[in-house]
Amino acid sequence: MSASKGLHPEAAIGPIAVPAATPAWRRGLYLLVGIAVALAPLVLLESFHLFQLTMAVIMALAVLGLNIVCGYNGQISLGHGAFFAVGAYATAILMSHFDWSFWATLPVSAVVCGVIGYGIGFPALRLAGHYLALTTFSLAVAVPQILKHKSIEDWTGGVQGLFLVKPDPPAGLPLSPDQWMYVVTLIVAGACFLLAWNLIRSRIGRALIATRDNPTAAEAMGMDIASLKTRAFAVSAMITGIAGSLSAVAIEFVAPDSFSIFVSITLFVGMVVGGVASILGSLFGGLFVLFVPNIAEAISKAAPGVIYGVILILFLFLLPDGFAGLLRRIGQRLRIRP
Amino acid sequence: MSLPRRRLLAGSVLLLATPRLARAEESPGVTATELRIGTTYALSGPASAYSLIAKCLTAMVKQLNDQGGIGGRKITFLVYDDAYSPPKTLEQTRRLVEQDKVAFLFNNLGTPTNSAIHRYVNQRKVPHLFLATGADKWAEPKQYPWTIGWQPSYRIEAQIYAKHILEQKPEARIGLLHQNDDFGKDYVAGVRDVLGPRFDSMVKTASHEATDATIDSQIVSLQAAGCDALVCGIIPRFAAQAIRRVFDLNWKPMMFMSNVSVSGSVVIEPAGREKAVGLITSDYRKDQSDPSWADDPGMREWREFMQRYIPDGELGDNNYTYAYSVGLTLFQVLRQCGNDLSRANVMKQATSLAPMPLPTLLPGITVSTSAENYRPIRQMQLQRWDGKGWVRFGKVIEGAEV
Repeated sequence: MSASKGLHPEAAIGPIAVPAATPAWRRGLYLLVGIAVALAPLVLLESFHLFQLTMAVIMALAVLGLNIVCGYNGQISLGHGAFFAVGAYATAILMSHFDWSFWATLPVSAVVCGVIGYGIGFPALRLAGHYLALTTFSLAVAVPQILKHKSIEDWTGGVQGLFLVKPDPPAGLPLSPDQWMYVVTLIVAGACFLLAWNLIRSRIGRALIATRDNPTAAEAMGMDIASLKTRAFAVSAMITGIAGSLSAVAIEFVAPDSFSIFVSITLFVGMVVGGVASILGSLFGGLFVLFVPNIAEAISKAAPGVIYGVILILFLFLLPDGFAGLLRRIGQRLRIRP
Repeated sequence: MSLPRRRLLAGSVLLLATPRLARAEESPGVTATELRIGTTYALSGPASAYSLIAKCLTAMVKQLNDQGGIGGRKITFLVYDDAYSPPKTLEQTRRLVEQDKVAFLFNNLGTPTNSAIHRYVNQRKVPHLFLATGADKWAEPKQYPWTIGWQPSYRIEAQIYAKHILEQKPEARIGLLHQNDDFGKDYVAGVRDVLGPRFDSMVKTASHEATDATIDSQIVSLQAAGCDALVCGIIPRFAAQAIRRVFDLNWKPMMFMSNVSVSGSVVIEPAGREKAVGLITSDYRKDQSDPSWADDPGMREWREFMQRYIPDGELGDNNYTYAYSVGLTLFQVLRQCGNDLSRANVMKQATSLAPMPLPTLLPGITVSTSAENYRPIRQMQLQRWDGKGWVRFGKVIEGAEV
């Protein structure tokens, strides 16, 4: 395994090494178990926890978007909250001004975010590392104020924001709006995770990782780094934007204050804790950023931030490569034993 | 003999218990010994300075419980952090309503945050009482019967300025300088409420963006339009600029400043104490730094409470005087509810408060509500900067009927 000489051995091997020996029936079984686990909360949880889980899945999807550009392609972005906001507003504007159905807004939101992401990808070519982090950060700082601006206020609703309504469950399905919202989120997020999974294990995915690990070598092998990087940004923004669209309908309200720079930071935290360059890690990251602040608050009302910080540091100390790294280690051990 | 008696007793106990059981089902958050209520506040993040209000309310609930609670019930007051983020507010509110099963919500902080839960609480018919926000949108009894604000809105403040102008200078030409957002537009709405059809002929408006560097050109244009009264619905940073600019232009309009922008250290000092002389603003609370309230019974009651329950509290912070009065408003509602703490009755009592003075509100200012009046405080008193401090003058003025 030559890749193990790279900087992130597990990250590079993980997605490539797994598929080799899994027979089709077993993959089918995994898929069925996965679907069953995903649908179980519908019967097990009452509406508030289901709503929380919906939000966690949405955050996981946003983290996945960030992971593609940051984790797999090595371009640090502290501005993905901006794409999240743009996606949310695209859906909110189409739904509240034009009475579009939620499903119809998804492709529009994805295209808008993809185009903006592609645009951001170009300056990113010239800016590496810290400079890119700062540039994307400035995007996240700017977006809430741009949303308030007079010239687009008629569309965005200014400071007041926009109200919209959750999609109704289709007639005939015995589901409450909360349950249906969870199903909708699962369908959309599931599709995105599947596409991302395939993308990363494809030729392009390997090229993304190669560009991250050794751009010079990648270029020497004939990869078009500029096009890879800008496209990675576009796909990443698109996925995070779709997560934004979902969050808009789940909350039924968008306002500039919903998309402060903290959203970007939260996504970044989710990515690192879940596992950089890991599809499954993104899912854990989403769960972490939604539930851990609540745990912190339950422990101390006076200083939830301190508790959150301590938990975060503990996680990084105990699981330096995130949840995904832990799973990988467990998996390796299981494989060695027999 | 003892058996039938015991049976009778058991029977009567059952009978007594049944209505209570039934009631417990229709009144979430209420048991024989407990009343559970909740709120969301920014305990972390940029708006966390307001968390002092939640701290004070928690202390007031503790005091009330120490005195035996209300109707034999102790109050459990749950405060959850939303970091001033609307999605988090919805999540925390749903936790309060669906998981903790609170009877109602009280004094949630912020305009965008309350907007995010406005529809949810009204769909669920959960009372959403006495919110900590100055927006005017909470007084819509027809569309949102379960939500009610508390403090005078910016719109009422502007109505009061317009009323005063009409009284002093019926033929005034009014310049209206406002920030181009919800906050600033409430001032336009308030002045329009009072002037009605005369608005267009009497008022010249000039707006600015929160992101503008200066507002000099707006002020010059208002002066050039011949205005002799100036109403400013602007935030502190621009307030200091406006005061200085008006002085430097040697323009002497009757000048009104939004009461969010009259802090001595943030606005008046940077503008220059002497340049602000004659500036008018308004308030509904007693200013604890004003020595004339040193022996006031209401303020003494508040100070004693602070000493006992929040001994480390900064007495100069007016979040505490705000919290004290809004807390007492809630306690009055609970007393009026008696033993029926169902959501419907809580809302009914919250919207039938007879005019009630409160210890930290100015004399003459009362809290009152009705099924049509969802604006509990509608009065304020004007005050003028005399170069050293704010001096109240004139009678308490009530906002216009809209």
